[in-house]
Amino acid sequence: MNSAVEQQIRILGHKDFKSDYKPVWCAGCGDFGVLNALTKAMAALELEPENVAMIAGIGCSSRIPAYTTVYGFHGVHGRALPLAAGLAVSRPELTVIATGGDGDGFSIGGNHFLHACRRNVNMTYLVMDNSVYGMTKGQASPTTERDWTGSRLSPQGTHQPPLQPLELALAARAPFIARAFSNSPNELARIMTEAIEFDGFAFVQILSPCITFRPEQLGWKKRVHEGFEATNDRAAAFAALAEDDGFTTGVLYRAPRPHFQPDQREPVDIETIEKRFEVRS
Amino acid sequence: MNKTSDTTKDLSLALVGSGGAGVMTAGQTLLDAAAASGYYGLMTRATGPQIRGGEAAAILRLSGEPVECQDDRLDLLVALDWNKAERFADELILDAESLVIADPGQGEVPAWVGESGARLVEVPFDALTKEVRGARANTIAVGLVGQLIGLKGTDVEATVGRILENKGAKLIEAALAGLKLGRTAVDDLPQRQGLAGQPDQAEPRWLITGNDAAGLGAVRGGVRFCAAYPITPSTEIQEWLAAHLPELGGKLIQAEDELASINMCLGASFGGTPAMTATSGPGFSLMVEALGLATQAEIPVVVVDVMRGGPSTGIPTRSEQSDLDIAVHGAHGDAPRLVLAPNSIGDCVTTTQWAVHLAEALQCPAVVLSDQRLGQARAAIDPPPQCDWQANRKLATDELEDYRRFADTDDGVSPMALPGTAGGEYTATGLSHMESARPSASGMDHQRQLDKRRRKLEQFHFGDDWADIDGDGELVVLTWGSTTLPAREAVARMRSRGHAIRLISIRLLSPLNTEVLTEALASCRQLLIVEQSHGGQFHRYLRSRIELPDDTHLLARPGPLNIGPGDIVTAIENLDLEKVA
Repeated sequence: MNSAVEQQIRILGHKDFKSDYKPVWCAGCGDFGVLNALTKAMAALELEPENVAMIAGIGCSSRIPAYTTVYGFHGVHGRALPLAAGLAVSRPELTVIATGGDGDGFSIGGNHFLHACRRNVNMTYLVMDNSVYGMTKGQASPTTERDWTGSRLSPQGTHQPPLQPLELALAARAPFIARAFSNSPNELARIMTEAIEFDGFAFVQILSPCITFRPEQLGWKKRVHEGFEATNDRAAAFAALAEDDGFTTGVLYRAPRPHFQPDQREPVDIETIEKRFEVRS
Repeated sequence: MNKTSDTTKDLSLALVGSGGAGVMTAGQTLLDAAAASGYYGLMTRATGPQIRGGEAAAILRLSGEPVECQDDRLDLLVALDWNKAERFADELILDAESLVIADPGQGEVPAWVGESGARLVEVPFDALTKEVRGARANTIAVGLVGQLIGLKGTDVEATVGRILENKGAKLIEAALAGLKLGRTAVDDLPQRQGLAGQPDQAEPRWLITGNDAAGLGAVRGGVRFCAAYPITPSTEIQEWLAAHLPELGGKLIQAEDELASINMCLGASFGGTPAMTATSGPGFSLMVEALGLATQAEIPVVVVDVMRGGPSTGIPTRSEQSDLDIAVHGAHGDAPRLVLAPNSIGDCVTTTQWAVHLAEALQCPAVVLSDQRLGQARAAIDPPPQCDWQANRKLATDELEDYRRFADTDDGVSPMALPGTAGGEYTATGLSHMESARPSASGMDHQRQLDKRRRKLEQFHFGDDWADIDGDGELVVLTWGSTTLPAREAVARMRSRGHAIRLISIRLLSPLNTEVLTEALASCRQLLIVEQSHGGQFHRYLRSRIELPDDTHLLARPGPLNIGPGDIVTAIENLDLEKVA
């Protein structure tokens, strides 16, 4: 190889991971902070854009792949995790990051979330949680508080307690579980970095306020507090969640186990396989 | 069956009994042993939905010549018991020439059997099992039938040995003793009904099911990823791929549902790995949204739909051709796609392989419409032909600058950049988009991409394999998929009676080759369309695409009873056709 080429090392800053697309997000949306932290994390990890794939479903936050310069797949509503699993399993050398919102991930895609946790494919799942469907103009999501009456679809509230995504992830045996806040850029980038580097399914719930339909979430910055200390003890993690007010940040649980590998067998050629169909007498 | 001699070159038989009694194993043993003796053969399965204890029938046809479908009647019926056997009254047709062998201790002979005029011989299978420790009634029946129809005892024994290979010496010993019990029971029978001499085999025949064949076709075409969710009657495709993909360096994931399985396939294919899933109607319904995504984002994927009775849960264990509508049209928006249908068990290999090739070449979804009749039938056949169809996707690999994923090319196919290719980074999307993949709600961009995606299907040269057109005649029988099997036999029967008939079986249902089909029907005076659906979906589809002759007739019947050659012969006769000299 040409030594000049060999010596040409690409040093990419976080801006190199941002595309020239103007996000559809409202000014002040928490997702901008997520995009910033993510591009910082990718730069810090010295990832090559061509070897990263961001996979998303539908919703405001699911638009994020196109705002980066890596490969992306903006699929249908709720199916980011299976798309990402198919890619990550068939191309294990890639860095695969699934993203989306609380409606996409915990409502229409809820079943995939449970099974992604236990399947433990080597990928990252970043959920920008604002407890509202923003793209459809403000309906309650699975993480919306019971008494929120801000939606014309549930004018008297949801009549249901909100889901607790971290509890779900822990129960479904995700090996890496964390929570971060879009307005705490350094902690968010650090947790994202750790999640991407983690060998296995790494889930991060990112509290990301919706300025338009949940303006009261601007108050989250006063409520958010660090507090989780990474443990590999499920009981300790459940205990921490029992005390959690929904605003504790940090890595809650970190218990590496071998990531998902499909069956492998001794290679044979197709002619050998076909011979097995021959009639034996 | 030739009724004037003791032997026949074509023999139809069925074994019935409760689910769990082992009639399917017995049927497969007989088929495999007959194949080992050099015969062609076919076994189809008829079962109720129960896991165990329901009614079950293994229906076999053995012959010195290739057989593709069951005959209209049975030469021989063996009943291990009569549990719910009345459900087979419409399917297992007996007459005065038929022989029925039944265990007198296992229920009363059903009325349809008694009234058929068939000769009844009693063999106490269950009582015979007491004579040898560990012997089972189904094995005794295999020994009896093998002897009765003239299979080589050594072939039957070797086949039983193979099937029980991993079950231990004791069980094999008991089974061989059971076979012997069955063979000696035959000496009490007044007449033998044997198969004629063995045909020569130029090359070894294959024993294969339609579902295994679809799996083989997929890997021949280059599929190396499958995500699977079990569903009757397609599960065997997924199980075959689970066993064989890893041997070829491929991967399989059992998904949590069909929404996941199809999307996992799209994820793998986005990464460049040819991907397939298999399902049946209910699962296919769940996949429809993702098929629209595959169309819009131009991601190749193959879905084999092994059709069963519908709608909804329908009849899971029985065949129907009623998913044609959803396969061709099932999507919101204008979403053209490939729809193909194999028309024999061997063709499940070839057509699935072709589907992989086409999906990859055209960067779009391909649906393969198999059905329970093909998928769960096991046959001794001549090996399917080797063909060159391979996954060969047009990729963007060179130094990429200003890469446009959805470039509006002449043939409509745009080079695809795979993750790992520097300069090709783009975001695949289900949103309407520009050539660059940037989302766009502009009417111009929308129209341009719709045009492009239609053009790539319209301009592709599919060659002659879009249909099998056989023979000439002013009378045309037009069909698709598994009903081609009885249609071939019915047409052969009519031809042997002096009628000139053209048979057309359409393999590429979408896009339909309307030009050549219209030509093929140019001299048609009478048209008979044959399909296994209640609503005449195939007929309606054809009507929507071409002008059909004025004198067009339709034989459309839902499952679960398969259309047989006799049904088609009757339909042709009812056309009141003139005999061609």
